[in-house]
Amino acid sequence: MVKKIFAYSYIYFILLLMYVPIFVLIVFSFTNATYIGTWNGFSFDLYGKLFQSEEIMIALGNTVIIAIISAFVSTVLGTLGAIGGFYSKKKSRAALETINQIPVVNAEIVMALSLVVMFVFVGNVIFRGANLFSFWTLLAGHVVLSAPFVYLNVKPKLQQMDPSLYEAALDLGCSPSRALRQAVLPEIIPGVISGFMLAVTLSLDDFIITAFTRGSGLLSGEGNIETLSTLVQAKIKKGPIPAEMRPLTTIIFIIVLLVVLFISLNRNKNVSRGALRRKKLRERA
Amino acid sequence: MKFRFQRKFLCIPYWLFLVLFVVVPIFFIVFYAFTDGSGHFTWDAVVEFFTTNNKLNVLVQSLLFSTLNTILCLAIGYPISYLLANKKYNTKYVLVLLFVMPMWINFVLRTGATRDVLSWLGINGGTHPYVATMIGLVYNYLPFVILPLYTTMLKLDQSQIEAASDLGCNRIQVFTKSIIPQSIPGIVSAAQMVFMPTMSSYVIPETLSEGKIVLFGNSIYLGFANNQWNSSSFMAIIMLIIIGISMLATRNFSEKDSGKGGTAW
Repeated sequence: MVKKIFAYSYIYFILLLMYVPIFVLIVFSFTNATYIGTWNGFSFDLYGKLFQSEEIMIALGNTVIIAIISAFVSTVLGTLGAIGGFYSKKKSRAALETINQIPVVNAEIVMALSLVVMFVFVGNVIFRGANLFSFWTLLAGHVVLSAPFVYLNVKPKLQQMDPSLYEAALDLGCSPSRALRQAVLPEIIPGVISGFMLAVTLSLDDFIITAFTRGSGLLSGEGNIETLSTLVQAKIKKGPIPAEMRPLTTIIFIIVLLVVLFISLNRNKNVSRGALRRKKLRERA
Repeated sequence: MKFRFQRKFLCIPYWLFLVLFVVVPIFFIVFYAFTDGSGHFTWDAVVEFFTTNNKLNVLVQSLLFSTLNTILCLAIGYPISYLLANKKYNTKYVLVLLFVMPMWINFVLRTGATRDVLSWLGINGGTHPYVATMIGLVYNYLPFVILPLYTTMLKLDQSQIEAASDLGCNRIQVFTKSIIPQSIPGIVSAAQMVFMPTMSSYVIPETLSEGKIVLFGNSIYLGFANNQWNSSSFMAIIMLIIIGISMLATRNFSEKDSGKGGTAW
């Protein structure tokens, strides 16, 4: 019993420490003081300011657009790559998987720099001094970051799949594309979805690749594309987190908390469903 | 001849993409590392790296920070993962999710928050750059340690642990002779999740030390910001070599773990 209390107090103590910075921002998002540590009475002023701040809204919009487009492109490329790789000869599959592993283990800053020097070189030498940096270079950077993870998420599902499914569909008169869509895709869809989700989170959180490969475009118009990460970085370089960003932390925290609750509820449901199925089987036996 | 569809053709776009945006850029880094501004071959970047104290200091400092951060994260995260995975203490999966939840909140925002709270407590980059940076690093990388360790701990062979104590091991011996050896794959992959990313991190040291501490990542970033492609490229190659060495050194450990594919999600 004493051991259990000790164990729980250690777990909760570290957990509390990990959340202190986030909770401080959340608490001070309900007052209109400029600095954390001073309390000017309870108010929702900062929430109003947050939604009036054009800068933050543009950055948020950019972040979401980039996350969705790059995750979609990564998912298509990575899934097709995984399917194709799975049916390739052993040697070319091994080569594909080795190259696929490079962005996974490589430092983000090395990948970002390598892309930048390539874009600079191609712009200078092939396009005679043109500036290639735009939304497209940024998109390429984000896809490099996340497509390999989609590949790794889809691959195990292909391995678990019944290998004769595709042939069976062909024998029953499906065209290859229809067989892929209706026989193979349903089998691997959980891997595709988790790959997509991972790609979204990688893109949302990214700072280095964005800072290196961005150019003008999207909602930022003529200026460099600002995402949430680059905007916050620019702000905290000069001083404390701007007051109107504190409510943003609260909102992100609530969204993440809802997602986590959803995951754990679903998991519990799956567990209880599994238990139910086992019970039924036992009764039948 | 008629074109006949084969499933392996589906990976052609991905192949092209990987070659164009992963393989070719690495060759460009090598090209830039060994040429000067006008594209002629030179050893300048190499000589500069190994003769200026500044860059070597950055390398040593980054290695020290990465090592210390890995040790601290493992020291704090190991007991947590053990307790979370042990049915005697914890059966709630939500608790595990709570530990990884901060990873989903924008990390630049979290880093800024950490700095603001630390300086509110009197530990700011101006007075305690080393302490502030270390706290920021541990705070950011702890979830990355807990996740792989937790997955390994779930697979601990409980009967071996019981056998060890039945055969006369005391608690410390059970820990050092049964639990630690069994969890080595988790320790290795946790260390991998922390060591290299710490070396190449930019935002955390830059923010928490207010620019006073320059790690390898910062140095590459500064070179990029000042358009010094050549010296930055050479530093990137050093980074690639260190990554390669650490992958080779840990390959034997992680292979045992791979293939089972048990993640916490």
